[in-house]
Amino acid sequence: MNGEAAVVTRGLTRRFGAVLAVDHVDLEIPKRRVWGFLGPNGSGKSTTIRMLCGLLDPTEGEVKVLGLEMPRDAERLRRRIGYMTQRFSLYEDLSVRENLSFMAEIFGVERRRRKARMVELIDRYELESFAARRAGTLSGGQRQRLALAAATLHRPELLLLDEPTSAVDPQSRREFWQSLFSIVDDGATVLVSTHYMDEAERCHGLVILDAGRVVASGTPRELMEAVKSAVVEIETADTQAAQQRLEGQSGIESVTQLGSRLRVLVAAEVSDPEAQVERRLRVQGSDAVVRLARPTLEDVFVAATAPARASRAAARAS
Amino acid sequence: MESLRRIAAILWKELRQLRRDRLTFAMIIGIPTIQVLLFGYAIRQDVRHLPAGIADLAHTQSSRQLRLDAAASQVVDIVKEAAGAGELEAMLEHGEIAVGIYVPPDFERRLIDGRPAAQLLIDGSDPVYGLTARALAELPVGPRRGVAAGRGAPTFELRTYYNPEARSEVNIVPALIGVILTLTMVLFTAVAIVRERERGNLELLITTPVRSIELMAGKIVPYVLIGLVQVTLILIVGAAVFQVPVRGRVVDLYLAALVFIAASLSLGLLISTAAKTQFQSVQMTVFFFLPSLLLSGFMFPFVSMPAPARFVGELLPLTHFVRIVRGIVLRGAPLGDLSGEIWPLLAFFASSLTLAILRFRKRLD
Repeated sequence: MNGEAAVVTRGLTRRFGAVLAVDHVDLEIPKRRVWGFLGPNGSGKSTTIRMLCGLLDPTEGEVKVLGLEMPRDAERLRRRIGYMTQRFSLYEDLSVRENLSFMAEIFGVERRRRKARMVELIDRYELESFAARRAGTLSGGQRQRLALAAATLHRPELLLLDEPTSAVDPQSRREFWQSLFSIVDDGATVLVSTHYMDEAERCHGLVILDAGRVVASGTPRELMEAVKSAVVEIETADTQAAQQRLEGQSGIESVTQLGSRLRVLVAAEVSDPEAQVERRLRVQGSDAVVRLARPTLEDVFVAATAPARASRAAARAS
Repeated sequence: MESLRRIAAILWKELRQLRRDRLTFAMIIGIPTIQVLLFGYAIRQDVRHLPAGIADLAHTQSSRQLRLDAAASQVVDIVKEAAGAGELEAMLEHGEIAVGIYVPPDFERRLIDGRPAAQLLIDGSDPVYGLTARALAELPVGPRRGVAAGRGAPTFELRTYYNPEARSEVNIVPALIGVILTLTMVLFTAVAIVRERERGNLELLITTPVRSIELMAGKIVPYVLIGLVQVTLILIVGAAVFQVPVRGRVVDLYLAALVFIAASLSLGLLISTAAKTQFQSVQMTVFFFLPSLLLSGFMFPFVSMPAPARFVGELLPLTHFVRIVRGIVLRGAPLGDLSGEIWPLLAFFASSLTLAILRFRKRLD
């Protein structure tokens, strides 16, 4: 396999009327990796994925997927990609086996290989015990395994997954991610959108999207190391009072409550952030214990999306 | 080859889903059966035994014969005797009779002269009476209640062609094939595609190698089969319950039905490209179905409609199919003689299919 990237975009933009859903996105996603799109709802993850698989035409910009120009070569690309929609989109009134053989026919999987491939996938995704059941009667996790089996029947080189785990319990999610890595081991590239931090952390690489723009990208480790803001953790009985005290203060980028703790991002230019925070809380005479912490991916996300949030808040206030 | 495989896959999937969808399955069988029975019975009772009054001022043998003929037709029951035209009009006015037969004193003289010999007074406020008058006399019937001139003896021979007993179900049942196919074919196809969009199946299908035309073909073929099943069902019920004969060739009838089914399905496809939800596609189908029902000549005689309505009627596939099916079933006409009605159907099919394919882009937006 050559070193060429699986997906390259330059200035990828999509408007829906006046709404700018994706705003000049540049991507370069290497082959044989699990790459994640992380972002809140409405950040443009789904729209970007839909443009990559030819469901939507870009308003502007260039897209190259597996070396093919999109949307021009969309029809040629279809055989080489697999797509899993956010919603279960196989037929609920067909059985597991019927759905799989339908998709095999649609993708033109050779008849003599089809049977072996179906047996393999049914076994791999543990679908055997309900292979004759209608898809509509399956649980979230079972449906999703079926959808993954259907999307990989034709051995796609690129698998695009749009929030695949939104209706799935944690155990199934863990197994699902395990399967993604085996797909990558088989030589495919996986592009997955999510809003779960623990999932994002498992990716080889991440692109953080906010309001249609790429606000950060890199490996999870790189991203965590690149956080400039200091992370301060506060333990206090009265988290609410402390939060009110800190929020909106200069130098404080964000305050997030985690149970009886608060996680505070302090701007990089503030020297000795620990002391700063402590000083602000002491005024109140609270029991707060303040200490510096290592940035997590969530902090990365919060820090990366903070400027856009602030400008949105300012726009609302004015 | 690959393309055929994909079409076949969609076709089998569609048939399998259809078999599991009890409601649609019930509709396939239920709509034709129930409609044929309803229309057949309801309209039969309306059109026969209309109360009639007669004012016979001639009192000759021919005038008495006329009266007997009219009664024997069973179209009218003579229930009133009047002394003159004025009294007949009053009876009409009061709704005591629906048809008045006025035989003037110089009836014999007029017959000899070849002048209009008698008059029919018809309550035109109900279109059904107009239909009856048509059976009674071959006269153009105006919408207003009034005096229509007869053309002498031949008028009152009450010779009605192709449906000698003036049984309306003989007219209604064959045309019902068209009405039922319009409703079910348009609706089923429109819903079948919109349902895939609504349930998200289409989002997945679009990213596969399936082409729009393959998807459409695979979804349409099962409904063609269903359409033919419905035609058969209507003919059987029509023959068994209402003794409606098929005078022409059955092959011709099925060929014509096939063309009509194609036209209806292509319209269903077109609707599916515009409707966002199944509900919308039902609404659009009804929007099309009502004018078809009213303007096609199925319910009201085509010739007595005003020009704009006739113009719209000519654009509707049902209008042409009603003429074809009545021609084949009732008059025993060969399909070749009806080519003037086949072309509009083919044109409708070609244009709505083209539009549907152009509109159905393999994109989500």
